[in-house]
Amino acid sequence: MTDVYVVGTDMIKFGRFPDRTVGSLGGEAALLALDDAGLTIKDMQALYCGNNILANRMVGQQVLREIGQTGIPVVNCANACATGATAFREGWMAIKAGMYDLVLCVGVEQMGKGLLGSAEVEDGLSPEGVLGSITTPSVFAHVGMEHSRKYGTTFEQFAKVSVKNHHHSTLNPKAMYRIETPLEQVMAAEMISYPNTKLMCSVNVDGAAAAVLASESAAKRLGLMSRAVRVRASALVSDPFSERNLTTPDFNAATRLAAAEAFRQAGLGAEDLDLVELHDCFATAEIVHYENLGLCADGEAGRLIDSGETELGGRIPVNVSGGLLSKGHPLGATGIANIYELSTHLRGEAGARQVEGARIGLSHVVGLGTACAVHVLEKV
Amino acid sequence: MTDDAAEADLRPMVPFLKRAADGRPLLMGSKCGECGEVFTGERSTCARCAARGAMIPVELSTRGKLYNFTIVHRSYPGIATPFVSAIVDLEGGGSLKGNLLGVEPDPDKLAFDMPVEVAFGDAGRADRQGRRYLTYFFQPLAEERA
Repeated sequence: MTDVYVVGTDMIKFGRFPDRTVGSLGGEAALLALDDAGLTIKDMQALYCGNNILANRMVGQQVLREIGQTGIPVVNCANACATGATAFREGWMAIKAGMYDLVLCVGVEQMGKGLLGSAEVEDGLSPEGVLGSITTPSVFAHVGMEHSRKYGTTFEQFAKVSVKNHHHSTLNPKAMYRIETPLEQVMAAEMISYPNTKLMCSVNVDGAAAAVLASESAAKRLGLMSRAVRVRASALVSDPFSERNLTTPDFNAATRLAAAEAFRQAGLGAEDLDLVELHDCFATAEIVHYENLGLCADGEAGRLIDSGETELGGRIPVNVSGGLLSKGHPLGATGIANIYELSTHLRGEAGARQVEGARIGLSHVVGLGTACAVHVLEKV
Repeated sequence: MTDDAAEADLRPMVPFLKRAADGRPLLMGSKCGECGEVFTGERSTCARCAARGAMIPVELSTRGKLYNFTIVHRSYPGIATPFVSAIVDLEGGGSLKGNLLGVEPDPDKLAFDMPVEVAFGDAGRADRQGRRYLTYFFQPLAEERA
């Protein structure tokens, strides 16, 4: 099977664009990625489009109406917060299978502000506030508290994740927020679900990201290898059964399964990684994924954030983009924005936030419900 | 109308909240005859070992231990806060998420593994049609409270 390469990728600056449409946001990112590759929509043989909230609205077709209706096949993907990564993986798989040489992957979401979800239900009574809490900050607070239970992880250690990722975002011109948030400010912010304060929750924003994928022969034929990034692994899993999984989603088991599969495909281990973009939808999540992705031993994640090793310039920089906490988290765009971030570092084009000498990057998303995707990218 | 009579009119909050012949609320679950895993509610196939037709109905225990918790300060519009969202492991198997009452919503007042019991009562709010619900919740175990 051919290797698959990212030959063009970009994202729009995440923000709030209530006057625009998903088609126009996705179309803008698609054109940026095509320009990055020096190709046009007429070169693309298929479109894989990730959008979660409008899953039945044929968003990929809306994108093509903005940039050129060439009649290519469109696959619309929805997989919660793994939506963008799933669309990317579908494109990767089509090239792997030998169906196509050049495909476009787009992730786009319009989110609106504030807490996701509602207690308004058509029939019956919402379980919220009766059978505990189903809000996303609460679900991931439970995840963090499980880590506290096992290893004594503190509120302050969770809060340090937000300090770090907000700092990183000051170096990323495409991040939603670019402000420093000192530890005292993070810890004193409005408590949402203990231990997650408002500054420890990802930002709901509108956004879009895109990637052009090519087979090896197409990348060579078109002279695109000099800036190409090789996809070393693409893993997608659902949640395997685990204790309490049906009561409280187990993101740990899903992430460990996906990471193991990705490392197997790549023939690499966590020690080979130069940077990681992982799913920091809440500060508590980043801590548990340090261990799930093998960035440290089990029980060591609190020490890892304390050590500063996951900051830019540290042993294994995590979320140098600013992460979902500060760059923003437009659900369907996130997985492809991660690909853009890794590719930018592997190409040595990340400017002030460049991870020096980066050769191997890993991206991770986990969607509530549960889906987990892990990709490993390599500098060519 | 007595409280018991009023309670009898409440709809169950979850399908696995049933009533015994004497009207007493109870939580029903299923135990896999192949692997022994205990689930809340009815099911025909085991999510753990995929065994088919091996599920045995069981009554879930009303005693358990607090596995973990969060204190919810901001929820959806119309939901009273703060409250404790708790995940409880039941004696004999099965785990549930629910509100933990009778404890201050303060992380310093909660301990992992504290013994709790399942109690039943009105869910505290009505649905759009004005109907009320019988729910389970958790509270510190009576002898611990004494």
